[in-house]
Amino acid sequence: MDGIHDVGGMQGFGHTKPLTAGPPFAEPWEGKAFALGLLAIRAAGANLHAFRHAIERVPPAEYLSGYYARWLMGAQNLLQDSGVVSGEEVTARAARLSGQHAAEPAQPELRKPGMPSGGPGNLRNLDAPPAFAVGEAVRTRNLDPSGHTRLPRYVRRRTGTVIAVQPAQVFPDSAAHFLGEDPQYVYSVEFTSRELWGAGCEPFSLSIDLFEPYLEPAT
Amino acid sequence: MTAAQEHLDPALRVEALASLLTERGLIDPATVENFIKTYEQSVGPMNGAKVVARAWTDPQYRVRLLADGTAAIAELGFKGPQGEHIVVLENTPSVHHVVVCTLCSCYPWPVLGLPPSWYKDPAYRSRVVREPRMVLAEFGLMLADDVQVKVFDSSSEVRYMVLPERPDGTGHLSEDELAALVTRDAMVGVAAVSAP
Repeated sequence: MDGIHDVGGMQGFGHTKPLTAGPPFAEPWEGKAFALGLLAIRAAGANLHAFRHAIERVPPAEYLSGYYARWLMGAQNLLQDSGVVSGEEVTARAARLSGQHAAEPAQPELRKPGMPSGGPGNLRNLDAPPAFAVGEAVRTRNLDPSGHTRLPRYVRRRTGTVIAVQPAQVFPDSAAHFLGEDPQYVYSVEFTSRELWGAGCEPFSLSIDLFEPYLEPAT
Repeated sequence: MTAAQEHLDPALRVEALASLLTERGLIDPATVENFIKTYEQSVGPMNGAKVVARAWTDPQYRVRLLADGTAAIAELGFKGPQGEHIVVLENTPSVHHVVVCTLCSCYPWPVLGLPPSWYKDPAYRSRVVREPRMVLAEFGLMLADDVQVKVFDSSSEVRYMVLPERPDGTGHLSEDELAALVTRDAMVGVAAVSAP
């Protein structure tokens, strides 16, 4: 989806934050949110890709309010989607924890996705050989799905060169929607900065890991 | 579509969710504490620093690390979530690598721990794929014009770690002393390692 998460190349975010070496969690609630996000994946019967997509679906203003805030809202999205908790329950519980009176809403009905898993992790073995080889010129397809994808806007419809064939992996575009693992080869594709940003940009190269269905041979 | 969420302070939202999930037997508060402790104490850039120091002092290890990062890193006992397939990028006097995840904040947890605030911030994620030299300069890293800059956007389950250049004047240091010089920022590629 063309959401707020897809920030590569966007302008207007200003100066980078300083390279300070703070603790992993600036406040105690952040550590709890971190753990809860990971535990919510299992509780919701979901997967890492669905969790990433659940974070992407956090509305832009809330997404930008902070990393663990969006992480936590993503976790709640997953839990709501699976009927593990409802938004009304969270609101009511928050009110009670704040010392207010709030009726406990009825528990929702469970509707966990239950997609079969090919094993732990995301790396998979494929019998078929990879479609592209190192050194080959490839072009990214003009894909613009409304669901989850790992093809960012800034590399769509661009021509680059395969610099490495990575292990096949569960296809995020399918798994995030519980449509199956559909494993695919992944290619590190290198683009020139000029191909991405036109003449007048800084000279550099950019490599990004792209799943086979995102690519076609460059003609 | 997901039902809209009420606006809540995140510190309160986390308590509300934790309370509901604990009550339903779906999470155990001890597990939550254990996750927090692991990433506060055991998993962090000190792991990656050991990998770098080993690569600087053991040429054969360096070759293995660049050929198969995951296996060479596992030799030192580092593996786990977000480290299924780690590729190590070697910085040299002529090539400088820098790593980002524009779509979320993918990061090699087993060697670097959880990502720092600046790495997750939209300013870094948006700009380093468009004006990396300017971003690096903003962080205080000035690269000569003849240094090639290579940006890596971590968009799959492959995770990247930079092997920084060993600073001059450190020939007399032990592996442990070298590890103490290596910073998280250098292993992401936004800083160089300095001699003591």
